[in-house]
Amino acid sequence: MSLIPFSIENQIGASTRLDERSIHLRRRIVRILECSQRGHVGATFSLIEILRVLYDDILRYDPKNPIWGKRDRCILSKGHGCLAQYVMLAEKGFFPEEELWKFCQADGILGGHPEAGKIPGVEASTGALGHGLPIGVGMAIHARYEGSDHRVFVVVGDGECNEGSVWEAAMSAGNRKLSNLCVVVDYNKQQSYDTTFAVQNLEPFEDKWRSFGFAVTAVDGHDINALREVFSKVPLKPDQPTTILCHTVKGKGVDFVENNLSWHHKSRLKEEEIRALYEALEGYPCGKRA
Amino acid sequence: MRQTCLNSVYELAKKDDRIFFVGSDLGSGTLQEFRKEIPDRFFMEGVNEAHVIGMASGLALEGKIVYVNTIATFITRRCFEQVALDLCMHNVKVRLIGNGGGLVYAPLGPTHLAFEDIAILRALPNMTIVAPADRDEMRRLMPQTVEWPGPMYIRLAKGFTDPIVTTDDIPFEIGKSLPMRKGKDALIVTTGITLKLAQTASEILSGDGIEAAILHIPTIKPLDSAAVLNLASSVNAIVTVEEHSIVGGLGAAVAEILAEAGFDTPKRFKRIGIPDTFPDQYGSQDSLMARYDITAETITSTLREFLTH
Repeated sequence: MSLIPFSIENQIGASTRLDERSIHLRRRIVRILECSQRGHVGATFSLIEILRVLYDDILRYDPKNPIWGKRDRCILSKGHGCLAQYVMLAEKGFFPEEELWKFCQADGILGGHPEAGKIPGVEASTGALGHGLPIGVGMAIHARYEGSDHRVFVVVGDGECNEGSVWEAAMSAGNRKLSNLCVVVDYNKQQSYDTTFAVQNLEPFEDKWRSFGFAVTAVDGHDINALREVFSKVPLKPDQPTTILCHTVKGKGVDFVENNLSWHHKSRLKEEEIRALYEALEGYPCGKRA
Repeated sequence: MRQTCLNSVYELAKKDDRIFFVGSDLGSGTLQEFRKEIPDRFFMEGVNEAHVIGMASGLALEGKIVYVNTIATFITRRCFEQVALDLCMHNVKVRLIGNGGGLVYAPLGPTHLAFEDIAILRALPNMTIVAPADRDEMRRLMPQTVEWPGPMYIRLAKGFTDPIVTTDDIPFEIGKSLPMRKGKDALIVTTGITLKLAQTASEILSGDGIEAAILHIPTIKPLDSAAVLNLASSVNAIVTVEEHSIVGGLGAAVAEILAEAGFDTPKRFKRIGIPDTFPDQYGSQDSLMARYDITAETITSTLREFLTH
């Protein structure tokens, strides 16, 4: 059993340094916030290294043919973290960069939660929590039926794992030994109201997944090399679905956002808040001035 | 009707490898041949409807045509958000087959009665809702469900004991209503098994010299509004009859288009159906229908009153 007593001081990932690319991706997200004055900031910043490594090094895809049959499917089930996915998809060429600056605007394709059909590279419309994993199970069953070697990655939030449908789908994936399915948990230990420990404790979290039939490992979700190493081993076992529990810090990269519940979602962001975000990123230990 | 429906799924699946079947935790022996002969497209997922709908959506997003079957209320009310988002918003070809639509499960009590299933699904964009009157109509419907776009809800009535009230003479088409009887004095609009009640009522009325037309509506959404308005325009007395709440079902759908039609002469109109309440008795489907006055007698007395006052 891996019971992790939570405190900000001993939080895994808290002292992990971000490299220039991670800072750059955060700056792009701040620019989106600057244009839209809104967004789920904390939940996006905890997710960046996970999606960066997936899109840089792990997933198989063709931005010129987003519905290529052999692509790996990546469902962002915690749809409120979509800004992290949007910057990756734009960078990889799924849609023009200009769309980023129209986030949440009437003439844009990028909304506050990702929509399939509207955004190239988005596999399923999410945002209402607990939907991505059941859909991912269906896609993994399809891949197995077709004899295709593509994989299905479903990124879920920790608060999202309060939803019963996550565990309904997990039970099915475990029983069906869907080794082509990988659940990636952004375990930042904060949900909207309070810490996950205070609202609805998920521990022993690794053991829960294990008992549902998953091969499980945990990783520092901000450590690029560690993420690369773990993701490159998926599936962890040849006859089990995989869960990678990524220990992350909500708001990672900006000291006054980190573990700050008031930054879960922000609207009507003020100019000085945007400036403070930019300044914090410039001054980050591994940022430009490091 | 259920057997006809599920056997059709099996027969269709034998010919079309896009067709998958997902059940929740159905009765022992259900679709045994499908399970044995096409095991890689047959899934019995257990009692987890939210997951079942999501999984079906995942398969359908990959181009499969997925038939999902369980008790009507669990496939609609229980997993409503999954139906709304995973199926309707993604507009995928998943067919929800709901056992025991209406008051079929009367002895099992209100937790098992799907009396507002049509109302809640009718509010969802992209959803198609069909309620055949008998197993022959089900047989005619099922082949058309394969290529029909978007999600669909197929409401099953009772089992073997339903009388056959439709014929092969009138071609069945999803989205089209079926004029079952001509009549110059009144119009009875039905869906599902209430067609039988309308037929009985129209014969009684005919004996009194009142000729009531019957328009049977197996597809409640999209509603064949043109046919309803066409028949409604020539009569002044109209009733709808459904084994469903009067809130949001066939009667409400017809009322909406009648109210907006702007007829020159006012129409007398009544929705015959389950009142806005959780059914409070057990007994049988028939006894519960009688309790809520969903009967041929109610149709005849209502129309007689409309035509004499």
